[in-house]
Amino acid sequence: MKIHEYQAKDLLRRFDVPVPDGGSAFTVEEAVEVARRLPGPVWVVKAQIHAGGRGKGGGVKLARSVDDVREQASKILGMTLVTHQTGSGGRLVKRLLVEEGCRIAKEYYFAVIIDRETRRPVVMASSEGGMEIEEVAARSPEKILKEQVDPAVGLVPFQSRRLAFSLGMRGKLVHKAAKVFGKLYNAFMKLDCSLLEINPLVATEDDDIVLLDAKLNFDDNALFRHKDILELRDMDEEDRAEIEASGYGLSYIKLDGTIGCMVNGAGLAMSTMDIIKLHGGEPANFLDVGGGANKDQVKAAFKIITHDPNVKAILVNIFGGIMRCDVIAEGIVAAVREVGLSVPLVVRLEGTNVDIGKTILAESGLDLIAADGMRDAAEKVVAAAGGAGGVR
Amino acid sequence: MSILINKDTRVIVQGITGSTGAFHTRLMAEYGTRIVGGVTPGRGGGEFEGIPVFDTLRDAVDATGANASVVYVPPPFAADAIMEAVDAELPLVVAITEGIPVADMVDVARYMEGRSTRLVGPNCPGVITPGECKIGIMPGHIHLPGRIGVLSRSGTLTYEAVGQLTALGLGQSTCIGIGGDPIIGTTHLDVLRMFNEDPETDAVVMIGEIGGNAEEVAAEYIESEMSKPVVGFIAGRTAPPGKRMGHAGAIISGGKGTAAEKMAALRSVGVHVAESPAEIGDMMQAALEKSG
Repeated sequence: MKIHEYQAKDLLRRFDVPVPDGGSAFTVEEAVEVARRLPGPVWVVKAQIHAGGRGKGGGVKLARSVDDVREQASKILGMTLVTHQTGSGGRLVKRLLVEEGCRIAKEYYFAVIIDRETRRPVVMASSEGGMEIEEVAARSPEKILKEQVDPAVGLVPFQSRRLAFSLGMRGKLVHKAAKVFGKLYNAFMKLDCSLLEINPLVATEDDDIVLLDAKLNFDDNALFRHKDILELRDMDEEDRAEIEASGYGLSYIKLDGTIGCMVNGAGLAMSTMDIIKLHGGEPANFLDVGGGANKDQVKAAFKIITHDPNVKAILVNIFGGIMRCDVIAEGIVAAVREVGLSVPLVVRLEGTNVDIGKTILAESGLDLIAADGMRDAAEKVVAAAGGAGGVR
Repeated sequence: MSILINKDTRVIVQGITGSTGAFHTRLMAEYGTRIVGGVTPGRGGGEFEGIPVFDTLRDAVDATGANASVVYVPPPFAADAIMEAVDAELPLVVAITEGIPVADMVDVARYMEGRSTRLVGPNCPGVITPGECKIGIMPGHIHLPGRIGVLSRSGTLTYEAVGQLTALGLGQSTCIGIGGDPIIGTTHLDVLRMFNEDPETDAVVMIGEIGGNAEEVAAEYIESEMSKPVVGFIAGRTAPPGKRMGHAGAIISGGKGTAAEKMAALRSVGVHVAESPAEIGDMMQAALEKSG
């Protein structure tokens, strides 16, 4: 799960790290109110969307008076912000963060992630602050410093100091930064983050450390123990169909193609998309109904797929293990009867009780296209969607 | 023969009285797996359909001489259950549970350092040696005893591959689902090594997916050590970057972990990489004919 920068900064304040004073605003008036309680003389008005690259897209502006804040806020609120992460459609800005400016001496990059290979948290820092870390990694990987953390003891102060020295910090700044690094690591672990990224973390002209930006992503598996974080979810930033699907325990991701897919299991669902593409079609979605889907979930999955106006044909690909093919077949029949069907439906069933499942489908009187094996299924659904190369 | 489990494996079910645990305990027993006990804290002294239930894993091991456990405990308590099995020095723990917090698995991995237990999973279908022992949730009837090793991060995609092999009469020595989470106990590399050393395995099907670099690491091993043919498939060529594709670990981040990279890495070391998931069985047959 992702949250906004202002929410991340609010969470991080609990860990006693230096974030700029400021507040969120949903209207221009609220932005002005926040600006009034800050001392100035410089304010920053920042668009709040779940995507990076906001500055380049015109979503971050400096202001030198409260009136200036009003002007910038009215420009940014309601704008469609296009960045390299939003796609060409951009994102409508509905929230702002207004905060005090600071006098930047140097910008750094700081992040914590879990490293899959070592199975441990890793703290990363770079003197190339404010840049996309992927760019730095590609161009000058030696500039990314790493400290592997033993989770039994956490980030040890010497590791934090080593990072600070290696970043070129000297004097009091080293100790200030090291303290902040330790607190940020603790925040990452306590909040069950999948990513903590401060880009930039800055040293000010007065030799203070300030977290100018803050990005927190969370481990979805751990949200059950963070009810307060769950409340920060911004539905406006997510695809409506994906939200609806998650409510039914379905894993759905919208894509741009014309062939809707309903599959059990993530690996098979990805492979189904792959084989559609291989046979000249384009998948309209990823949809995993999970290992133990019931009739209601199958029905919900059908509704979500058929609501996508791009869908020209549907492929159901089920390898019944614990999930029996007869249950799936009944679910499909019930769903089609209730939801209706305006596009061709190809069904491939395999595994437990496959014969009963096929009989249920055959006797239902529904206009289905039965397929044997994934290749046959892919060929049939691509043909049904208008043939290879058919784009919307 | 086989790797990890066989007809003599004695299995404890952790979470035997929960709905998932109970359901799969019946199916495993039906398949012929020797389920010697179960653990549900507070239910010790009781029975589950003739199987003795214990309060602690240590009690269960002492009473039954078990040498493996399977974890069906719900996500908030699963890491605890795995560590209890590690503490009891079981040689093998298979964690089926999906949805364990990553931070919990970081602790588990740390706890296991220097100890002898092998963990398979979590978030996996389990391990099966066809005709002998099934520890997990895979449908037993699609498997056929034989000499092909199968390893995969996925559940149903493994069944797909196994189904194709069985249809061609190519039986399996052992099939292992290593799990779709970012932190797992047993990696592609670990399983490849075991299959390479197993005299009863002639060839290996290795199924990977987007995210991480475990397939690339496996490729290095294949290049230097692997003496048996490997057929590979990577799921997720059409997956968009930055999106978690069902599995917590299946995500392309920062342009890394793409299917194209993994396929190229495997091809460069001589793995027979299937373009289509429908070709896995056929490719294995061809690879076997080629190697004589």
